[in-house]
Amino acid sequence: MCLAIPGQLVEFLPGNADQLALVDVVGVKRKINIGLMDDVKLEIGDYVLIHVGFAMSKVDEKEAAEALSMLELMGQAFTDELQAVAESSIE
Amino acid sequence: MRFVDEFRDPELAEVLGRQITSLCEPGRHYKIMEVCGGHTHTIYRYGVQDHLPENIELVHGPGCPVCVIPMGRVDDGIAIAERDGVILTCFGDMMRVPGGRGSFLEANARGADIRMVYSPLDALRIARDNPDREVVFYAIGFETTAPSTALTILRAAKEGIENFSVFCSHVTIIPAIKAILDSPDLRLDAFIGPGHVSTVIGCRPYEWIPRDFGMPLVCAGFEPLDLLQSVYMIMKQFSEGRAEVENQYSRVVAYDGNPVALRVLADVFALRPFFEWRGLGSIAHSALQLSPRYAQYDAELRYELPGVRVADPKACQCGEVLKGVLKPWECKVFGTACTPETPIGTCMVSSEGACAAYYNYGQYAKQRLNLEVLR
Repeated sequence: MCLAIPGQLVEFLPGNADQLALVDVVGVKRKINIGLMDDVKLEIGDYVLIHVGFAMSKVDEKEAAEALSMLELMGQAFTDELQAVAESSIE
Repeated sequence: MRFVDEFRDPELAEVLGRQITSLCEPGRHYKIMEVCGGHTHTIYRYGVQDHLPENIELVHGPGCPVCVIPMGRVDDGIAIAERDGVILTCFGDMMRVPGGRGSFLEANARGADIRMVYSPLDALRIARDNPDREVVFYAIGFETTAPSTALTILRAAKEGIENFSVFCSHVTIIPAIKAILDSPDLRLDAFIGPGHVSTVIGCRPYEWIPRDFGMPLVCAGFEPLDLLQSVYMIMKQFSEGRAEVENQYSRVVAYDGNPVALRVLADVFALRPFFEWRGLGSIAHSALQLSPRYAQYDAELRYELPGVRVADPKACQCGEVLKGVLKPWECKVFGTACTPETPIGTCMVSSEGACAAYYNYGQYAKQRLNLEVLR
C-alpha cells in the first residue's frame, strides 16, 4: 500500500473529468487516476509514481528506473503489489 | 533463506560511511529516528546500520500505518462487515491485523465479506457494481494515501453513489512526531523525514522541529544510498552547528508538497479532536475524519459501532517499538510467540513494521556482523 510504483503515461482517457490515464506499469497497461496532478504539466511518455492507483508525483526516467529496480529487489512484497495492481480496475 | 542485499554502489556507500564517521564528535552518541516504515524496511534489508559508526544509532519510528491501528478500530471494521448486505473493502496489509475479536481474515472465515482492494477507486467500483449491497472502504494510511481516499469520496459524491461509505482511520505524521518528542522515554538527536508523505505535505510542516527542538530533519528517498546520504547531511548540520529542514529527496519531493492533494485533503477531511494510536495512546488532532459536508459518506455515522477501546495483548510491546524505545528483538515475544505467520502485534504484520523487517532481514545482518567479528 505504501509502495510507489513507477509508470509511464501512454494515453489520456476521456471522461471522468479528465482524471483517468493509461500507464505502462512493468510492461502492463493499467488505468490510473491523475486527478492529484492537476498542477503539473503531464505529457505522454512522462513517468509518474503511483500510490494506490493515483499518480502522486512526476519523476524523470532515471528515477523511475531506479525506483523500479528497488521494488524488484523487494521480492514478495512487490509481487503482491503487482498482483493487486493487476486485479485492480479503476474507472 | 533470504540474505541482506548488496548496495547498488558499494564504493559510494563506503565513502559516505567514512565521511559520516569523520563528522562524528568523539564520545558522543547520536540517535537518529527514521519516521517512515519504508525506510525501516530499507535499513534492515540492506544492513544500512552496518555502514555507520557505532555511535550513530538508527531508531525506528511510528510511520507504519497498519501498525498504528488500535485493536478497537479493527473490531469496528469487523462489526461493520458482519452487518447484512455489507461488503467491507481494505488494503491487503490490513487483512491479518489482529483486533480484540481476531483479524479480518478470521472474520471472513466466520462468513463476513471483506475484500482486498488495491485502490479506494476499486472499492467505489464494487459499490457501483453491487447497487443492492452497501460497500464500505476501510481507509488507512498517512498523508500518502489520504488524498486518494478524498478524491474517491469526491467521485462518489459527483456520481451520486449512495451505497458507498468510508471508515476513516487516516492519520497525520506531524502530531505523531510531536508526541514522540514530548515523550520522556526517548532522547533523540535528529530525524530522517518520510519520503512519500513529504511528497504530499512538503517540507514546511517540519520546520518547527529544528526551530523549537534544535534538531535537524532531512527528508529522504528509499534507496539505501539515500539513507546514508541523509545521515551524512544530518551529521554535516551537527558539525556546522546548524539545525534545519533539508530535502535529500528533491528529485521527488517538492518543498511545498503537492498543492492539489493538500487542497483535496482540506476540502474532504477535518481533524479529529483526538485519535488513539496503537502503542502511542491518544494524540490530539492526529487523525482525519470526513468533514460535515461529506457526512453521508462517513461509515462511523452510518453504522452503529462498538467504538470500544481494546487493550493490546499484555505480552505485546509494539508500543515501545513504535516509539523507538525498544528494538524489535528486545520485545519479549519477538520471533517466539510473535512471528509474521502468527503475529501478536501489528509491527510483525506489515512488511514495513519494524519487527517484520527485522525478522525477515535484520537477523541475517546481525549474523553476518558476528561472523566478521569471529574472523
